[in-house]
Amino acid sequence: MSTANPADTATSTTAAVPASPAAPVGSGTDHRWVWIVVAIAAALPLLHFIAPNVISDYRLFLMSTMMIAAIAVLGLNLLTGFNGQISLGHGAFYAVGAYTAAVLMDKLDLPYWTLLPMVAAVCFVVGFLFGLPALRLEGHYLALATFALALAVPQMLKYKWLEGLTGGVQGIVLLKPEAPFGLPLSEDQWLYYYCLIVTVLLYWGAWNMLRGRSGRAMMAIRDHHMAADTMGIDTARYKAVTFGISAAYTGIAGALSASAIAFVAPDSFGFFLSISLLIGLVVGGVASLSGSIIGGIFTVLVQNSAQALSNFVKNDIGLPYDLSPYSVYGILLLVLMYVMPTGIAGGVVMAWRRLRR
Amino acid sequence: MEQLIQQIASGLANGAIYACVALALVMIFVSTDHINFAQGEMAMFSTYISWQLIQWGLDYWIAFFATVVISFVAGVLIERVVLRPLHSAPVLSIVVVFIGLLAICNSVAGTAWSYLIKEYPTPFPKELFGLSGLIGAHQLGVVVVTLVVLTLLYVFFRYTPLGLAMRAAAQNPVSARLSGVRVDWMLALGWGLAAAVGAVAGMMVAHIVYLDPNMMAGILLYAFAGALLGGISNPGGAVLGGFIVGVLENLVAFLGNAAEKATGIYIIGNGEKLTVALIIVITVLTLKPSGLFGRVVVKRV
Repeated sequence: MSTANPADTATSTTAAVPASPAAPVGSGTDHRWVWIVVAIAAALPLLHFIAPNVISDYRLFLMSTMMIAAIAVLGLNLLTGFNGQISLGHGAFYAVGAYTAAVLMDKLDLPYWTLLPMVAAVCFVVGFLFGLPALRLEGHYLALATFALALAVPQMLKYKWLEGLTGGVQGIVLLKPEAPFGLPLSEDQWLYYYCLIVTVLLYWGAWNMLRGRSGRAMMAIRDHHMAADTMGIDTARYKAVTFGISAAYTGIAGALSASAIAFVAPDSFGFFLSISLLIGLVVGGVASLSGSIIGGIFTVLVQNSAQALSNFVKNDIGLPYDLSPYSVYGILLLVLMYVMPTGIAGGVVMAWRRLRR
Repeated sequence: MEQLIQQIASGLANGAIYACVALALVMIFVSTDHINFAQGEMAMFSTYISWQLIQWGLDYWIAFFATVVISFVAGVLIERVVLRPLHSAPVLSIVVVFIGLLAICNSVAGTAWSYLIKEYPTPFPKELFGLSGLIGAHQLGVVVVTLVVLTLLYVFFRYTPLGLAMRAAAQNPVSARLSGVRVDWMLALGWGLAAAVGAVAGMMVAHIVYLDPNMMAGILLYAFAGALLGGISNPGGAVLGGFIVGVLENLVAFLGNAAEKATGIYIIGNGEKLTVALIIVITVLTLKPSGLFGRVVVKRV
């Protein structure tokens, strides 16, 4: 198969989502880039021994959370970007993943590294089940249903019957994973490698899925539902399964975050989380795999630099305005839709192509 | 029994709020096919404006009407400035822009007035002639104000030329344009009216749930549920749906409470309000997307 780029093949006129013109998913040169990025990422913690202040544990932890966010955005992108089903409630699946992992670790004392397959299975089933009624919904209606889901999640986690498992409002406190085999790595360094391995595997899995038959079917459904149906694609099955896979990706991200932060509580899975995933999607670029990584990095950056940004706006520009991550998100969502509808990744790629010409 | 009637009465008061917001949602949906996710936050923002006006010493009702006018203008502006350029954009872009608006309204209100919960005054007297015990004065006032607003809107849409033009623009934009209706402005007017109705709902509910930037999230969800239940393409149905959902919300909590007392098993209570709304939304969307009173849309491919 020499399909260069799954997203490139999806030139759409009636797409439910803005088809990314040049998503750098898997064309030859980009392929090489991916390996270079992975190699650099794998080498980073080793620099700690050379420059301990630059590559501090905290920064590695931050990068781990970026990878976690990237996986979650990737999951959302599989559904919204490549399959055209809008979800405003992916925080729900993130929560399911985080809580599944936390409960298994807390109640059954399972080691953290055995969890991900189970979390993926649970989230797949939950996503698949939610995807079944979602089959009947399109566009605005699906957005509405998932919006409702996003708002209701924290409440559902506090449900009295689940309190024994979920710890209610208090949440669950966990232990941070430690490096195995007596490797001389700190907790944060090991977490970094753990996240990196999972991210690479999941990215590879998504890339493989998208460039093949199933990926083309997903995008065909996005571009023209009825035409895809006529071509013999089982649209209902594909849509529900895509929902499940997407939920599994986001759920794995949730499980990783539970390990990383070593704590879960209902109120951290509110509407804001779903919005963060959405902005990761929009910033990185809808229907762009590598864009999802950029989007994930971006959301963490915004949340971490909000205080600095706020101070900058207050002291240096002199506006009496507290710039919370929420307002940055809001402004960016609006501006990006007008200026760079293909996201930052798409915009950069377009600019790059123009320069090379 | 008396408790049950009380619950139904206060459910009607809540339902009046949901009906207002649901009507605002439907007004935008009918004319543009967009579901305005920012409706709740826009109403919340309007409520803060009225609170500020009252703080500056204005009389409640003056502040009330001033806020309605301000909200109307703001709604028109949002349509003209933010949404007009996206007229034929894909659904995802529009949803994203609504979410952006939601986030901006929420965070601007949060920075301007802080996230602390504030008390909000009520214009209605404490004592109520005769009915006391059954329904609070404020709740009765809410129902009355809502009914007045709904009647005014009905009269406006049914009996004025402008209302007729707006309905025409919503139902058949092409023909309306050919007959000389300025469809673009009608859409903007619809947005303004929706914002104004939402503002009324916000100002009415703020006394009950207290004023804070996140006060409308649950209300918006219930309004969605009401609008969908009644039929999101039918204003009258949406209003009725809002009332139904309001009563339903209280009944579910009441029955859950009664069941717990009778059997000692907790099933459902006030803590599951949003989950109930979610279930209503998904059930209606999957089983009867046109709602109880909406018309079934047949698409030609």
